[in-house]
Amino acid sequence: MSQLSQKHLLGIKNINRKDIDLIFETAKNFKEVINRPIKKVPSLRDVTIANVFFENSTRTKLSFELAEKRLSADVINFSSSGSSVKKGETLLDTVNNILAMKVDMVVMRHGSPGAPHFLSKHIKANIVNAGDGTHEHPTQALLDTFSIHQKYGSLEGLKVAIIGDILHSRVAISNIYALQKLGAEVMVCGPNTLLPKFISSLGVKVELDVRKALEWCDVANVLRIQLERQHIKYFPSLREYSLYYGIDKKMLDSLNKEITILHPGPINRGVELNSDVADSDHSIILEQVENGVAVRMAVLYLLAGVS
Amino acid sequence: MQRKLILDTELLNITVDRLCQQLIENHGNFEHTAILGLQPKGVFLAEIIHEKLEAATGTKIDLGYLDTTFYRDDFRRRETPVKANATKVPFIIEDKNVVIIDDVLFTGRSVRAALDAMIAFGRPRKVELLVLVNRKYSRQLPIEPDYIGREVNTMAWQKVLVELKAQGFKNNKIWLINKEEK
Repeated sequence: MSQLSQKHLLGIKNINRKDIDLIFETAKNFKEVINRPIKKVPSLRDVTIANVFFENSTRTKLSFELAEKRLSADVINFSSSGSSVKKGETLLDTVNNILAMKVDMVVMRHGSPGAPHFLSKHIKANIVNAGDGTHEHPTQALLDTFSIHQKYGSLEGLKVAIIGDILHSRVAISNIYALQKLGAEVMVCGPNTLLPKFISSLGVKVELDVRKALEWCDVANVLRIQLERQHIKYFPSLREYSLYYGIDKKMLDSLNKEITILHPGPINRGVELNSDVADSDHSIILEQVENGVAVRMAVLYLLAGVS
Repeated sequence: MQRKLILDTELLNITVDRLCQQLIENHGNFEHTAILGLQPKGVFLAEIIHEKLEAATGTKIDLGYLDTTFYRDDFRRRETPVKANATKVPFIIEDKNVVIIDDVLFTGRSVRAALDAMIAFGRPRKVELLVLVNRKYSRQLPIEPDYIGREVNTMAWQKVLVELKAQGFKNNKIWLINKEEK
């Protein structure tokens, strides 16, 4: 099959292994396209895409916009600050107004978990979830797993540790689903206060000691401490977090194996990752960013093709 | 269901040899010529022709694969989208003579897409088209081949099926079949 099973990309939970394989295969071809002298293809020439961002974003928004432009789609951007949302308009009204301008696809980021799921029940356009609160961030998980896939050839049996603020991370949840669907073993690691209470019910290992997690894994996906979502204190200070959970080159060198480091960005250098790790050969952080455009091109292209 | 054999292994060999001779006649030692096989099936034919040409001329000839999926004009208009394949053009196309190779020429729309896809790699001096089977009277665009393996008169509902050893088939066989038959 060369078609996705879903009309929307709401979360990794909703898609199957075949969908992920198809997205990877298509992304591989788009990666070749974006490395050509002429990086644009005319595939979505007659498609209009609205990027609707109710929450701040830098790289996701840039990456989506670039992906859309590389596919020759018409792009409109909406951000909630200074918009009619501030005047009291509901989410559905805002989006319906945008769709009345004949928009075919909506890429949406929203602070409330489930917002894109709610929209998908009420509108006809294809929806891509670009992050809904602390719930899912499917394209980030796809680009993370695609980057691992590019390096290792397969994720089957690979051991991946997700380290950091799991509690507030939509990247973590989407990654867990994606990694498990691709056959990888998953461990989450962080201070007890930043691990969701029933996380092990997702079938992941739980580890509190970052050193043990690094010794166990082949790939470590290191997450940022999301201070903007933390309304109470989960640990005494950033310095203390960095002391116990920060990863530096010395720590990696003391392991008996090479591991690969991923980070969805933005990095807080000196907190979760030291510069000597972020800029080392272990890290594939910039490849993740490059792959992000290819993966988002694949997602948009394939969703546009769902009849 | 009726099936008619258009080319078998022996005839195909003779045809491909003839096509190679025609190419050599026009392109000499292929110093300024590159070959582009269209994904998915034109690639197999391009590889066969490339191998024969290199053996006959004793020179290295540029060979690339071109996928037209992202350039098609029927995306979102057909029931199931076409699956993308790899594009590999490991040489400069600028100012080269390019021979595009495909298995079957029907409406001409794939070749139109291929021209668009190719231009993304530069501006060739001249572009030619080689096809193994030319389905006459079925073109929807003003596109005609320069080198033809076999010409057939077909109805729109018929299909030309190419089975090559390189694809894993037992023998090289080109069939004319009714569309319902798989």
